[in-house]
Amino acid sequence: MKKLKLIILREFTAKVKNKSFIIMTFLSPLIMIAMIALIVFLTKQNDSSVKEILYVDNSDLFTAEDFKSTETIKYLDFSDLGIEETKKKVEEGNHYGVLLLPKIDSLELLAKSVEFFSKDTPGLNTMENIEGIVNTKLGSLKMQQLGIDEQKIKSSRIRSDIKLLNFSGEKSSKQASAAKIAVGSIAGYLLMMFVIIYGTSVMRSVIEEKTSRIIEVIVSSVKPFQLMLGKIIGNAAAGLLQFFVWGILLLIAFIAVSLFVGIDSAELFSKDISPEQLAQMQDVIGNKANLVAAFLKLPFLSLFFLFIFYFLAGYMLYSSLYAAIGAAVDNETDTQQFMMPIMMPLMLAVYVGAFTVMNDAHGPVSIFFSHFPLTSPIVMLMRFPFGVAWWEVLISMILLVLTFIGIVWLASKIYRVGILMYGKKPTYKDLWKWIRYNG
Amino acid sequence: MSNLLEINNVVKSYGDYTALNNVSLHVPRGSVFGLLGPNGAGKTSLIRIINQITMPDSGEVILDGEKLAPHHIEYIGYLPEERGLYKSMKVGEQALYLAQLKGLSKTEAKKRLKYWFEKFDISAWWDKKIEELSKGMAQKVQFIVTVMHNPKLLIFDEPFSGFDPINAQLIAKEILQLRDEGATIIFSTHRMESVEEMCDYIALINKSNKILDGKLETIKRQYRTNTFQVGLDATNPAEVQQKLKEQFDVLPADFKTLNKGLKLNIKIKDGGTANELLSFLTNAGQVHHFVELVPTANDIFIQAVNKNS
Repeated sequence: MKKLKLIILREFTAKVKNKSFIIMTFLSPLIMIAMIALIVFLTKQNDSSVKEILYVDNSDLFTAEDFKSTETIKYLDFSDLGIEETKKKVEEGNHYGVLLLPKIDSLELLAKSVEFFSKDTPGLNTMENIEGIVNTKLGSLKMQQLGIDEQKIKSSRIRSDIKLLNFSGEKSSKQASAAKIAVGSIAGYLLMMFVIIYGTSVMRSVIEEKTSRIIEVIVSSVKPFQLMLGKIIGNAAAGLLQFFVWGILLLIAFIAVSLFVGIDSAELFSKDISPEQLAQMQDVIGNKANLVAAFLKLPFLSLFFLFIFYFLAGYMLYSSLYAAIGAAVDNETDTQQFMMPIMMPLMLAVYVGAFTVMNDAHGPVSIFFSHFPLTSPIVMLMRFPFGVAWWEVLISMILLVLTFIGIVWLASKIYRVGILMYGKKPTYKDLWKWIRYNG
Repeated sequence: MSNLLEINNVVKSYGDYTALNNVSLHVPRGSVFGLLGPNGAGKTSLIRIINQITMPDSGEVILDGEKLAPHHIEYIGYLPEERGLYKSMKVGEQALYLAQLKGLSKTEAKKRLKYWFEKFDISAWWDKKIEELSKGMAQKVQFIVTVMHNPKLLIFDEPFSGFDPINAQLIAKEILQLRDEGATIIFSTHRMESVEEMCDYIALINKSNKILDGKLETIKRQYRTNTFQVGLDATNPAEVQQKLKEQFDVLPADFKTLNKGLKLNIKIKDGGTANELLSFLTNAGQVHHFVELVPTANDIFIQAVNKNS
């Protein structure tokens, strides 16, 4: 045990003192924030340039009120100038494009004959906006033609909001579902990221010991299994520290940013707001409140313990595989062929989690993958917020622990032989042979 | 207990390949024991078993009267042939770490390291990283790391590879001093001249089998051929040679000398003595060279390996 402690400590300090680790720890949250800020900034920049669209209405069906200008698009009536002149104007000037509404009596035919000329191909948003204007106007004209009262149609629309309840009378809602998806997804993704980043780090550390040839000195003092375990735990400790620092930095950044955004949004609200928008906004705020309420209703304590369990077991299982791969090869370029079988279940777990579990948390696929040990850490974490029977969780945990023990045992066998093997890149057959060596 | 280490009927195989086939060795306490053998003979497999890096399929290893057990790790110092240190770790930190893995307390390890670093005059390297040192410098650190926990048994696998002649001599001196202080040393090498210089006992392993072992002196006596290298300045060389051939086995010899005359290797037949040969020669002419051809470790090595295969 004393030696294991020594090894863990060395692995931890070697990792933490590493320059790239320090840089990554403090820089990547900054980079992330900077990236987000940059994206927001660029999007704003992009949107803030107003596109001026000139329209020539030969149909005489549209009025100026139909062409509601938005923040990014401004419509100008050039019907009097005629299409040819307007086109020329756009070609020479800075206007974005020309919308031509030809004179056709049939509304259906007219809808198919509207033309838009522009220098650049317009973006999706612009096209949607233009089409929306045409559709709304022509639609309401069509209704008039057919003698349908538009007001009646509008008032006949009903929006349903189905209340979700389970049999213990607990109220649920779509927001609750969203909260569950969010919590599960974050937990699952976090686990996957951690496994990949720190599993690779374990693998590198093993390869380093092999290439620097210190390995034989070390294994003459400690059991290879101790060394492998020490490495896995030491790297995990360094990783947790990094996550912890990231968490704190992100929290600080979040508070800072929300202060700024808070001022910003206050400014936004003070602008003229139509009653309709206000209602919409209240709806959104209401939703947010519901979301928070739903969030708080999640079984956090059990989720927390479950997260710790699956996190540790999942990480240990995968990182022992990473360690075995590191031991089997002489350099990092040779690891590719062995990485596939590790990455596959991880990717599968995240995809199953992201698509299947969210659609149907208790379907057969979800159930299978939340029990299958290579995917269960991620899938069960994503599934758990939707309510999973305790015995299911228990079975999944037992399966995971059994597999974990089995895999660590196999990996340590490969590791033990591999660390002393140099030269040719091993095949899967070689690995199998190593597993069967005794002593 | 005259033997520090006894290896009894050890068998080790990897899949279909037998690396050690029923090998037994006895390493006397306080000796320098040369473990010799061509590449791939099984030396490293044997050393790894002694270090408990691998386990034998059958057979047993007795260290200091006890069956080999995990706690014996502290009694053994091992310098592998393929050696290295953590490149980005500082010399001092690294040595402390490795010493603690061998069971020393941190304070004890510091004390001993200080002693060795001063002895080798490398105290200034304590805070340097291994990657900043030359290969020879790193080897010195590695040597210290191997011996600093005062092991009863020291195993050196090709200890002189990577050292320049001056440092190689320094290391050789240290090894002999460690022996004088009571350590037992196993010394695996191809460098036969260092075997002659340092080893008291040798064992020869070839193709997974031990083919020869014992005290170096005894083995040399076994392999002696009673052949003498002779330089003789005779008035009538042809006649002398003819007469010699009647009594002895005579072969031409080649050695460097300032004198002229016959150069011969003369083997005394069973029952004969060196004196008989010498008196014959003094009668025949001027003897200026008379040396017994003692087999070198190299000769024995080559002969034994050839005979075995």
